[in-house]
Amino acid sequence: MTKNILKGNLQLDLGGFKLNSGEFALPLEGVTVLFGRSGSGKSTLLRAIAGLDKRTHGQLSMDGEVWQAGSKRLATEQRHIGFVFQDAALFPHMTVRQNLMYGINRLPKNHPKADFDKIVRRVGIEDKLDRDVTFLSGGEKQRVAIARALLMSPKLLCMDEPLSALDWRSKAELLGLIEELVEEFKLPVLYITHAPVEVERLANQIVFMQEGQIETIETLQQSLKRPDSPLFDEQGAVSVLIGQPGLVEDGLREIKLGDDRLYLSQTHDIHTHTVRVRVLARDVSLALSDPADLSITNHLQVTIDELIPQGEHRVLARLKLQNGQHLFAELTQHSTQRLKLQQGLVVYALIKSVALAE
Amino acid sequence: MIELFGAAVDLQPIWLTLEIATYTTIILLVLGTPLAWWMSQMKSSSKVLLEAIVALPLVLPPTVLGFYLLIAMNPTGPITEFLRFFGFEGQLTFSKTGLVIGSVFYSLPFAVQPLMHAFEAIPHRLLDAAATLRASFLDRFRTIILPLSRRGFLTAATLSFAHTVGEFGVVLMVGGNIPGETRMVSIDIFDHVEAMEYTQAHILSAIMLVFSLFVLMLVYGLNRRFGVKVG
Repeated sequence: MTKNILKGNLQLDLGGFKLNSGEFALPLEGVTVLFGRSGSGKSTLLRAIAGLDKRTHGQLSMDGEVWQAGSKRLATEQRHIGFVFQDAALFPHMTVRQNLMYGINRLPKNHPKADFDKIVRRVGIEDKLDRDVTFLSGGEKQRVAIARALLMSPKLLCMDEPLSALDWRSKAELLGLIEELVEEFKLPVLYITHAPVEVERLANQIVFMQEGQIETIETLQQSLKRPDSPLFDEQGAVSVLIGQPGLVEDGLREIKLGDDRLYLSQTHDIHTHTVRVRVLARDVSLALSDPADLSITNHLQVTIDELIPQGEHRVLARLKLQNGQHLFAELTQHSTQRLKLQQGLVVYALIKSVALAE
Repeated sequence: MIELFGAAVDLQPIWLTLEIATYTTIILLVLGTPLAWWMSQMKSSSKVLLEAIVALPLVLPPTVLGFYLLIAMNPTGPITEFLRFFGFEGQLTFSKTGLVIGSVFYSLPFAVQPLMHAFEAIPHRLLDAAATLRASFLDRFRTIILPLSRRGFLTAATLSFAHTVGEFGVVLMVGGNIPGETRMVSIDIFDHVEAMEYTQAHILSAIMLVFSLFVLMLVYGLNRRFGVKVG
């Protein structure tokens, strides 16, 4: 896959709110998450990138193709994008099939055609094609919206908080689906969310936004290495370990992390080649030797990379796994001193609870 | 001239009324649609002024509107000059063309307001979605806006038509009362009453009453059958 680069600097004055992105150059591979509080300008930036606001100014080019130059704007309908809106935005006077065909019928003749049957099956709406869209559930509507966008064979898929209007069950199902689709269709995705769990599950890189400006652009791993990462919420520091799913044995799913192994009690089918495992720092304890007689299953040999003092007599230990990935452990100052923990020491991380990121 | 209930009744004013109402409705839908769309998308404070101007005929006494129209349509008035630019010849006052123009102004709010409200009720993200699905503006208008504002169009057409049929003051001021040319049914009935010809007035009034009821029932029936939900 050639690397698509989305480059630009966009301004948009909405009266009460001003977007002034600053220069950016995003190599679009996998999922790029636009992250920030509400009112930080994520949606405005995405709409400007999609060309949905006439008042946009600035520069924007995708793969060398100019999308915006000054106030001159390439119309949205000519930008080869797909867009999934927060509330699906299906056309209420059409059936599911008519909604899906709407874009297909408008593709230029020489545009690559997506495989209709495959996408419909993959998204799980093959039995709903002739339904009236007003009678679909929220999750079903969003599936149709995703299929409708995929069928455009877009160069870039924009998703504006596609899960925020859904209940937790549909949210979990769709998050899994999006993860699989991204891997399967090799589509660059711009994804807006303010939910750290969605970022941890999907993101390859993150665009942090604040007050209408792009603050930083980092990879997920870079961002999770910072002890003050904006991704950490009231649950404290989080680590995301990327591994390969192994077999299920004795009701436990094996996850390979280089030579290390983790065991999860989630044994449902996994359709992707890699999985992300989410570990809360407060669920990780350290031991100087590998304890054999302990109910905790997951022990990993790690090296202490850095001890970062936090407030309230707490210490955040950044640990390095044997395959180079990072893991945070939250400790008390007292136990840090008692165990004489220091940088470079090899210890054992005991993980009380591990879950697939979702 | 036909015989009904022993009285000689001239139906010509009824045909003329329907003809003028039909032209007026068609013109209002054609001109009112872009105007209503433009107004529905306006966010600035100038929208208030425009809304007020469009609503004026609702409040002004028809004779006031008729008076200004009479002035604007006299052989050297702005409307006449404007039409002459496009090759129009002849005069507007006391002619069928003048009546249609007057009716268009008089019934403007009845077309524009329902259309504007119908357009405003369409969620903008549907149009955004259509744009990301490669529909141009006219394409979006035809495939999303028109079908979702069908009720608005039906209401606009009915109200403009009905309102034109029922007009009196503007017609009298602008059109006068020329048989076969500008004598519309409302004026004809007034004339009959003045001349104490109650039988003719009764017959014409009854025809208008039944006709109006029939048209409205037809429209509401259609509305019910083809009503479109938005959401």
